[in-house]
Amino acid sequence: MSIAVTTQIVCFSVLSLVIIIGALGVILLESIVYSAFLLGGVFLSVAGLYLLLNASFVAAAQVLVYVGAVNVLIIFAIMLVNKKEDLKPIDNLKSRRVISTSICLTLLSLLIRVDLSKIWGLASPDTSIGEESTIRIGEHLFSDYLLPFEVASVLLLMAMIGAIVLARRDV
Amino acid sequence: MNTGLDLENSFNEILKGFGLSSELAHIIWIPLPMLLVLVSAVVGVLVTVWLERKISAAAQQRIGPEYAGALGVLQPIADGLKLLVKEDVIPAKADSILFTAGPILVLVPVILSWLIVPFGQNLLISNVGIGIFLWIALSSIQPIGLLMSGYASNNKYSLLGGLRAAAQSISYEIPLALSVLAVVLMTNSLSTVDIVNQQSGAGILSWNIWRQPFGFIIFWICALAECERLPFDLPEAEEELVAGYQTEYAGMKFALFYLGSYINLILSALLVSILYLGGWGFPIPVEIIAKVFNLPINAPVIQIFTASIGIIMTILKAYLLVFLAILLRWTTPRVRIDQLLDLGWKFLLPISLANLLLTAGLKLALPQFFGG
Repeated sequence: MSIAVTTQIVCFSVLSLVIIIGALGVILLESIVYSAFLLGGVFLSVAGLYLLLNASFVAAAQVLVYVGAVNVLIIFAIMLVNKKEDLKPIDNLKSRRVISTSICLTLLSLLIRVDLSKIWGLASPDTSIGEESTIRIGEHLFSDYLLPFEVASVLLLMAMIGAIVLARRDV
Repeated sequence: MNTGLDLENSFNEILKGFGLSSELAHIIWIPLPMLLVLVSAVVGVLVTVWLERKISAAAQQRIGPEYAGALGVLQPIADGLKLLVKEDVIPAKADSILFTAGPILVLVPVILSWLIVPFGQNLLISNVGIGIFLWIALSSIQPIGLLMSGYASNNKYSLLGGLRAAAQSISYEIPLALSVLAVVLMTNSLSTVDIVNQQSGAGILSWNIWRQPFGFIIFWICALAECERLPFDLPEAEEELVAGYQTEYAGMKFALFYLGSYINLILSALLVSILYLGGWGFPIPVEIIAKVFNLPINAPVIQIFTASIGIIMTILKAYLLVFLAILLRWTTPRVRIDQLLDLGWKFLLPISLANLLLTAGLKLALPQFFGG
């Protein structure tokens, strides 16, 4: 086994472990601040997985959008409204948890089924485009994926107007 | 277009001469440039700290450090040693895990960004295709570290400072990225090496500053804001917030913040010189000088000469900008938080969008000047 392959396997296992343990931490930890910071760690590790797949542009975009924007805003919001209060105890907590766990397990089994039944077309090292992927992504965004791309921007605009309306009710 | 020294190749050749495999030679090579860049970044910080002390003294008509070495050049080392041996205090009510992780998260992305700083055609750690985009992505991680240390200190000044730092960083990242985008549009590439090569045609006349004057000013203002330098040092405004998110920190953890902010300042100055001031290019192209004196451009001696000129030019340009930043720090008053956010969102953002639109239009109208 060559050194490059060993490095890849070690990186992949470390990143996967961090993603799985971190994601479990996000939902299981009591403190919402810890959950938010762990979420950032999970996003970063996902970017690491993209890097391992030679998709450096997607990795950088993942860091910029998910870590730099989404996660920072989540933490920001938590810290702005960070007051300790005792939440009302919810009745039937146990049965609620059982129901949500079973729903999540069903979704998980669906994902595993898809993963096992689909034959994944792995790109061989000769056909992977590597550094050129940025150009390819741009070409696709402005040709065959133009409509979804533009619709996404309309969605963002709607969210922005909604936020302004919510924030300035008195006007 | 692959001129200049290729140290990696020659190093590998030497090691292969000792009978090592090329894979092993590569592994021995990998840490060397990283170590070199790390050391030069830290030395750069020491120089900048000394400059800051001396220039601030001159601005206030004092002498400044005088006794530690000639003209006080050893003063920054004394500062560093003091921080190194100081007691590392973690406040009793602070969250010790987040308190420790905060400074690390602030420092690591800054150091990682040095990956893409070129000092010559082949004199950089890695010419990654996404180049300058990597820096923008990495610098967006920093606010998390600031928020983390602000929250973990369990102190209202720290929390306010952390929130201010994150708000400032988010608001100024957008015009910064947009002004970089205008340069990228002219270069047709994200790679820092391509950006410099695109400006190397006619020496000082082809530098991006003449084609992107607004972009240059926007980038410089935003870079100062991202480094929390004085017109924008709201997060640690000492009259209002003690020292912002750094209030509870002492010893090495404080030193990490200190190091991070100065490395970030040097990095920003280097990136301004790469994006707008021709990077490693001499004001008169080296090729033309070689032609005038009838020297072969590919001879080894000339190559070493051009490479050293490149390194000297990059550092000189960066330190001129650092000097400007220090002068600004000691001569300008601090803006208020509402003025800061107004400037970012209501002035710089529309201007940088207009600049991008203008660049795109000029690129279509005058492709020979704006990179077709």
